[in-house]
Amino acid sequence: MANEVSTGTGRVKRGMAEMLKGGVIMDVVNVEQAKIAEDAGAVAVMALERVPADIRAEGGVSRMSDPDMIDKIIAAVSIPVMAKARIGHFAEAQVLESLGVDYIDESEVLTPADYSNHIDKWKFTVPFVCGATNLGEALRRLTEGAAMIRSKGEAGTGDVSNAVTHMRKIRSEVLRLSSMSTDEVYVAAKELQAPYDLVAEVARTGTLPTVLFTAGGIATPADAAMMMQLGADGVFVGSGIFKSGNPAERANAVVQATTHFDNPDVVAKVSRGLGEAMVGINVADIPVHHRLEDRGW
Amino acid sequence: MLSVPVIGVLALQGGVREHLDALAKSGAESRSVKTLEQLVGVDALVIPGGESSTIEKLARNSEMLEPLREAIKGHMPIFGSCAGMILLADRVVGAIEGQESIGGLDITVERNAFGRQMQSFESGIAIAGIRDPQRDFDGVFIRAPWVLEAGTGCEVIARITSGPHEGRIVGVRNDTILATSFHPELTADYRVHEMFVDMVRKL
Repeated sequence: MANEVSTGTGRVKRGMAEMLKGGVIMDVVNVEQAKIAEDAGAVAVMALERVPADIRAEGGVSRMSDPDMIDKIIAAVSIPVMAKARIGHFAEAQVLESLGVDYIDESEVLTPADYSNHIDKWKFTVPFVCGATNLGEALRRLTEGAAMIRSKGEAGTGDVSNAVTHMRKIRSEVLRLSSMSTDEVYVAAKELQAPYDLVAEVARTGTLPTVLFTAGGIATPADAAMMMQLGADGVFVGSGIFKSGNPAERANAVVQATTHFDNPDVVAKVSRGLGEAMVGINVADIPVHHRLEDRGW
Repeated sequence: MLSVPVIGVLALQGGVREHLDALAKSGAESRSVKTLEQLVGVDALVIPGGESSTIEKLARNSEMLEPLREAIKGHMPIFGSCAGMILLADRVVGAIEGQESIGGLDITVERNAFGRQMQSFESGIAIAGIRDPQRDFDGVFIRAPWVLEAGTGCEVIARITSGPHEGRIVGVRNDTILATSFHPELTADYRVHEMFVDMVRKL
């Protein structure tokens, strides 16, 4: 009996994200960091040339990473490797797919390549994760074929406040939809600027149809525990680990705190002796036009 | 004979929620198990899919590896899917340095054997021992392992039937342990979970 073998299906793309739940995905810029992340229990690494804190400090146009560097990280670890493409830059995404990365982050951390359109993600076999600040934005990304959503937060700051705002916003909008009568959902779809079918599905099920991670400013085990309690399915940590005093210990601590987010004794225990956290920037001190959360729409 | 067994899902990392749902729809009472205390209260356990190196590390940090091994020696029924299969294998190929296995199932498993996410796939497979076995099961394989070799005490219940990996073993069981390379918890077909609940009831 022969059976059809299908790759790149919605179930395989979204299912991959389901398997990352409860885990921590860490930004790494070289093989050494990737191995530290894997040893610490990261569920995946995000290979990029500069962590968001450095992108912020150095300025300039920020692009997809060097393929050689991505290759080396893929060869060095056995956990999934993700990489970032610029918003709308489908050719960068094609390159990343050809390198064999396991997930592409169409990311506002890089300089957008297209200020009108995001990547048509349905065309790819590799799955995509996209950032969102609210439910409408999340559903627009799903409409374009994203298989996983993360809050945007404000990357490279170590300031968790925007991640909190976005997570609360998305969760409260889902809750609001699920309490609506069916005749109100039509207007809700208009207000959310998202397709009616997807809005109706969220209203009916009371949840996003994909995994929702948090990202952007998570720097400590307690940050991770708070975001998980606010309803995140898992955590992206960017600059927070390798811009801190003791990356290996901190990576391990954030992994523990993400799993045991509901147990303050564990979070307290792993928070001890971590040394310096990354030097943060208050989001409020960043000029509005330098904020990354407004990239993507 | 337990009519409604209590089955835990190891909730350290991975696809926990899907297994809780599938078990509840297959005639069991399901609950999350994150600590030793929670392990004591269950009749059986599911180890979900996720990242095997992460789940193993978290289990080790929570000092749950030895109690899990003791539970398996004491014939507690266990079902592992994907990462769960890796953790239940006596021998693992491609583990990260220092990664231990819980063990209990006399198989050699190769981690990420089907390849990376680009090679993740769905395919109909035949599974022996489930209800209505002539009807194919939608096998969802995500960076999945395969069984290189199954010992004499293990029954092979599923193989890949077509394509480049034809013949590869993707489902095994003995009296108390069930393991699949694929993720039955990602489908709305509960026949594998029902088979596991039956295994628990029979003990």
